[in-house]
Amino acid sequence: MWEHFPHQADIGIRGIGNTVEEAFAEGAYALMAVMCSPQKVQPLVQVPITAQVEGLDLLFVEWLNQILCESDIRKMFFSRFEVKISGDTLTASAWGEPMDPQRHEAAVEVKAATYQMLKVYRDEQGRWIAQCVVDV
Amino acid sequence: MDRKLVKRRDQYRWLVERTGRMLVDGLIFASERLIDEMDDMVARQVSNVACLPGIVGYSYAMPDAHWGYGFCIGGVAAFDPDKGGIISAGGVGFDIACGVRTVHTGLKEKDFLPHRERIADALFRNIPAGVGSTGKISLSIPELDEVLVGGAVWAVEQGFGVPEDLRFIESGGRVAGADPSKVSDQAKKRQLEEMGTLGSGNHYLEIQKVAEIYDSKTAKAFGLEVGDIKISIHCGSRGLGHQIGTDYLKKMTLAAREAGIDLAERELACAPLRSEVGRSYLGAMRSGINCALANRQILMHLVREVFERELPGVAIRPLYDVSHNTCQEEEQEVAGRRCRLFVHRKGATRAWGLGHPDLPAEYRPVGQPVLIGGTMGTASYILVGTPQAESLSLSSSCHGAGRQISRTAATKQWHGKGIMENLHKRGILIRSRSMRGLAEEAPDAYKDVSEVVEVSDKAGLAAKVAKLVPLVCIKG
Repeated sequence: MWEHFPHQADIGIRGIGNTVEEAFAEGAYALMAVMCSPQKVQPLVQVPITAQVEGLDLLFVEWLNQILCESDIRKMFFSRFEVKISGDTLTASAWGEPMDPQRHEAAVEVKAATYQMLKVYRDEQGRWIAQCVVDV
Repeated sequence: MDRKLVKRRDQYRWLVERTGRMLVDGLIFASERLIDEMDDMVARQVSNVACLPGIVGYSYAMPDAHWGYGFCIGGVAAFDPDKGGIISAGGVGFDIACGVRTVHTGLKEKDFLPHRERIADALFRNIPAGVGSTGKISLSIPELDEVLVGGAVWAVEQGFGVPEDLRFIESGGRVAGADPSKVSDQAKKRQLEEMGTLGSGNHYLEIQKVAEIYDSKTAKAFGLEVGDIKISIHCGSRGLGHQIGTDYLKKMTLAAREAGIDLAERELACAPLRSEVGRSYLGAMRSGINCALANRQILMHLVREVFERELPGVAIRPLYDVSHNTCQEEEQEVAGRRCRLFVHRKGATRAWGLGHPDLPAEYRPVGQPVLIGGTMGTASYILVGTPQAESLSLSSSCHGAGRQISRTAATKQWHGKGIMENLHKRGILIRSRSMRGLAEEAPDAYKDVSEVVEVSDKAGLAAKVAKLVPLVCIKG
């Protein structure tokens, strides 16, 4: 599950899952949903992504920024993510296809994931939440 | 903003008084209306910046200030390297040297209007814009390194423009001290196909009409008359700048910790100017500035090519090009002492007053053009730097309208198609690849740019010269 939350100049993204990995994957989908309509993106090409940084919250930002970098270099949108986290290291795969602005309903580029309103935590129901504001 | 957070100093200045770890006072330029509309976070961020080592003068916020990352958008702060001053990637922002270039066409409204649809379509076809767009140039990493050192000078050498263009670009189209070896390979790879692209979001290319003149002497020096057709390009350093910002924010988080700098917010991450990370960021950021200057030069040249084909004889030449996300080394006078400072302007425009040696000879008797972008449904303004701005605001002014409604709320409230039709009825043609992007950029999602400009004028930061209204807007 994912959602966007309002921020004056930009957009907040939130991934929600039963595990921290699931929350990270949902957060990545929320990021893509800022840029396009990911439900229109076929998960055809697999791209490996790794990130390493101390602290789960910083790791979430690093993960999102690695996705932005791969998306920009490869000119791809992604729609499926699988994440594994071990200590400070994240190993993941993102699946997607080359950008087709019309078909994928491209909206706006994201410049970066930021530390603003950054939180990775478990809520009262035991669900993992990973969120931050992205700079548009 | 809660008025308890500030103390009124005069009609347009509000003091954030020095408390706790603040090294200097904060100073916000605003009218009563603008201060009431500002988020409390602006005062908090102004205070946080005032705590950073080596800050000189005040921690400023311009009239269009809003809640940003670390520094507020509209934040200005200068640091003295001799006093342990720092440089902050968050104080520049992710879109390094995002800025505005305004160009002359030599056309009058009546000459242009019969060709408007055709020109709008031709520009839309020829200006790469929107998510994932690539430019007409494909570079290798060594070639890109030349761009990062050469800026708009490189672009002109490659045939994108003529040497005369460079005189009307801030810093002559190229800043010294760029060091591409301090830019990561990831940042460079993002830029290999992106030179000469507009981007998306609030970036645009607009054909505008000069609607009003407020200062005829300065307008004449800038080449502005009522009814003139001008073109403004708003964009920055694209993927390269975004990645430099991301890379150095991370590095500076560690560098700040190592230097024993206690940060109120993670995005205030910084490094002493006289440290390895500080010097590296300067070299990388200046590379980003040159990338943005080259990018806007190429875009203007693409516009020139379109006009050469569609309306032969029309001469496109720059009025001025100024960046509003930078950190620049400048000579400034603070408390009666002249010193070399590193001035961060994040969503703020440098505004030299008359006589400044960096200005082209034509503008030296009046001051620097200050280019303020509005929205596709309102207006843009050209102001002129004032001599008193040096002591008021380190020669800084506002940069644009600033959002008042979030993107998520905007897409719920408006539809791209409706916005396009409404603007069309008002005589403004919109060309965009993304209807959702248009909805997010709805003119009513932004603050009233006129009020921001009025306050800049009345407070003495920059004086109003002309108002420009949009006729055609190309969005990503």
